[in-house]
Amino acid sequence: MKSLSLRNNLVGYTFISPFVIGFLIFTLIPAAASLYFSFTDYDLLSAPSWIGLENYTSMFTSDDRYMQSLKVTMLYVFLGVPLRLIFALFVAMILNTTSKAVGLYRTVYYLPSIIGGSVAVSIMWRNLFGDQGVINVMLNSIGIDSVRWFGDPNAALFMLVTLSVWQFGSSMLIFLAGLKNIPTELYEASGVDGAGFFTKFFRITLPMLTPIILFNLIMQLISAFMTFVPAYIISKGEGGPLDGTLLYSLYLFRQAFVFFDMGYASAMAWVMLIIVGVLTAAVFATSKLWVHYETEGGR
Amino acid sequence: MILKKFKWPIYHIFVGLLAIVMVYPVIWLLMSSFKPSNLIFTTSSSLIPDPWIWSNYVTGWIGSSGQSFMSFITNSLEIVILSTIGAVLSSAFIAFGFARLQFKGRAIWFAIMMVTLMLPHDVVLVPQYIMFSKLGWIGTISPIVVPQYFGVPFFIFLMVQFIRTIPREMDEAATIDGVGKFGLFLRIILPLIIPALATASIFSFYWRWEDLMGPLLYLNKPSAYTVSLGLKMFLDSESVSNWGAMFAMSIVSLIPVLGVFFLFQRYIVEGISTSGLK
Repeated sequence: MKSLSLRNNLVGYTFISPFVIGFLIFTLIPAAASLYFSFTDYDLLSAPSWIGLENYTSMFTSDDRYMQSLKVTMLYVFLGVPLRLIFALFVAMILNTTSKAVGLYRTVYYLPSIIGGSVAVSIMWRNLFGDQGVINVMLNSIGIDSVRWFGDPNAALFMLVTLSVWQFGSSMLIFLAGLKNIPTELYEASGVDGAGFFTKFFRITLPMLTPIILFNLIMQLISAFMTFVPAYIISKGEGGPLDGTLLYSLYLFRQAFVFFDMGYASAMAWVMLIIVGVLTAAVFATSKLWVHYETEGGR
Repeated sequence: MILKKFKWPIYHIFVGLLAIVMVYPVIWLLMSSFKPSNLIFTTSSSLIPDPWIWSNYVTGWIGSSGQSFMSFITNSLEIVILSTIGAVLSSAFIAFGFARLQFKGRAIWFAIMMVTLMLPHDVVLVPQYIMFSKLGWIGTISPIVVPQYFGVPFFIFLMVQFIRTIPREMDEAATIDGVGKFGLFLRIILPLIIPALATASIFSFYWRWEDLMGPLLYLNKPSAYTVSLGLKMFLDSESVSNWGAMFAMSIVSLIPVLGVFFLFQRYIVEGISTSGLK
C-alpha cells in the first residue's frame, strides 16, 4: 500500500513538474531576488549594494514623480474600473434578449476588446485625440472649443480612461452569462406583484449578479493596475504631458530600463504588490456585506 | 425584460447607434489608411478617402531602414507559434495532473498556481531580465518563448475546470484495459479537451501577438522586431509625418487578430464567459 502511494506521488509530481520547476525558476526565485534588490542600490553594472529601506523611504518622501504616478494610477483605476463595469453591465442588459440581431451586436461590442491590447489601437487612440483629430472636430461641431489632449495632464489621463472603458467587452460577456442564469420566474413573479423596472433591477438583477460583479471587479482591478501598453504608446514612452499619463507600470519600467535603477524599480514592484493585495483583500472582506449567494438552490 | 419598455424599432436604433460609436474608431483607422498622409487630419471628420490611394500599404510594407513589414510578421509568427505550442501542451499535461491524479501536496500546489495567476508581473520583471541577460538570451526570442513551456496558470486553470466535467468512468474503463496514466492522458483526455486546447491556443495567440513588453525588453535588433515593435518604430519616426503608412500597417497588424476572432468567435466567447480573463 505504501509503495502504491509513493508511486502515485511520483506520477502526480511528474505531471505537475513543469509547473513546479517553472514556478521556482520564473516566479519564486525572481520574486525573492526582487525583494532583495528592493533593499539595494543596483544599476546592473556593479554589484548590488545594501541600502536598507532607502528606496522605500525616498519613494514617499523625495520622489515627486513617484507620488504623481501613484496618484495618476489611482485616478485611472478608481475612475476607469467602475465606469467600465457600469457600461459593461448596461450593455449586457440591453443585449440580454432573444432578438436575432443580438449575435451581431454582441460581436460588434466585443470587437474593441479583442483588438484592445495591441499597439495599433493605442496609435489609433492617440490620433483620434490629436489636436486636429476626430474628437476635437466633433467637439467643435457642437460648439465646444478644441481640447489640447496632449497639453493638459488631466485631459491626457481622461484619454487613457476612455480607451479602457471602450474595451468593456470581456466584463460584458461575463455579465451576460450571469444575466442568463437569473430565473425568469423571479421577474414574472415580481411583475405580477406590480414591480416596475427599477424595483426589478435593484431587487432582483443587481443582487443576483453580485458574485459576478465581485469577480469582474477583482479581475479588472488587478489588470487596470498593471496597464502599460496604452500609456507607453500614447505618451511615446515618457508618461507625459507633465507626467499626466505616468501610470505606475510605466514609471517602474522607466526606473528599471531607462534609468537602470533596478533596486528602486524592485521596491516599486513590491509596493505595487502590497497595494494590489490590500485592495483585493479589502474587496473580498467587504464582499460579505454586499455579495448575495444563493443558498436555497433556487436554480 | 428591460425590453418590454422599449419599442423594437427604438431598441434597434439605439443599440445600432451605440454599435456604430463602438466600431467608429476602427473604421476611421481603416479609412484613413487609404488617404494621402497630408489629408488624414484635414479631412478627419469625413470617412470616405478622396482621393482613394493604396500607396500607404506599399510604403508601409517596404518599411524603413531596410526592415520590411514582412520580417516583423515572420518574427511575430515565429514567437506566437513556438509559444503557443509550449503553453498549450505543457498546460494540458499539468492540468491532467491536478484534475485527475491523487498525490500528496496537490491542494497546496494548486493554491500556489491560483496565487501565481493573480501575481502582478512587475514583481518578477527585473530579476527575470537579469537572469535572461546572464544566460546570454538578450537579443533572442528565448526569454519570451521558453517560460511558456512550463505551463501558463490561466490555461492550467481553464483545462482543470474542463477535465473535471469529463466523467471519471472513462478513466476507470481505460485503467481496467491496462492503460497507464500517460496513456490515459494522451489517448483519452487529450482528445476530449480539444475545445479547451482551442480556447487556450486562441488566447495564447492574442497575448503573444499583442505583447509589447517582452519584445521591447529582449529584442534589440530591428531585424528581430515583432509587429508591435515595428509599429512602435513608425511612431518614433513620426516626425516624417508618414501617418498613412503607419495607419496602413496598423490595419495589417490587426488582420490576423480579427481573422482569428471571426473564425473562432464561439470558442472565444465561451472561453471568456466561463473563465473571464482578458
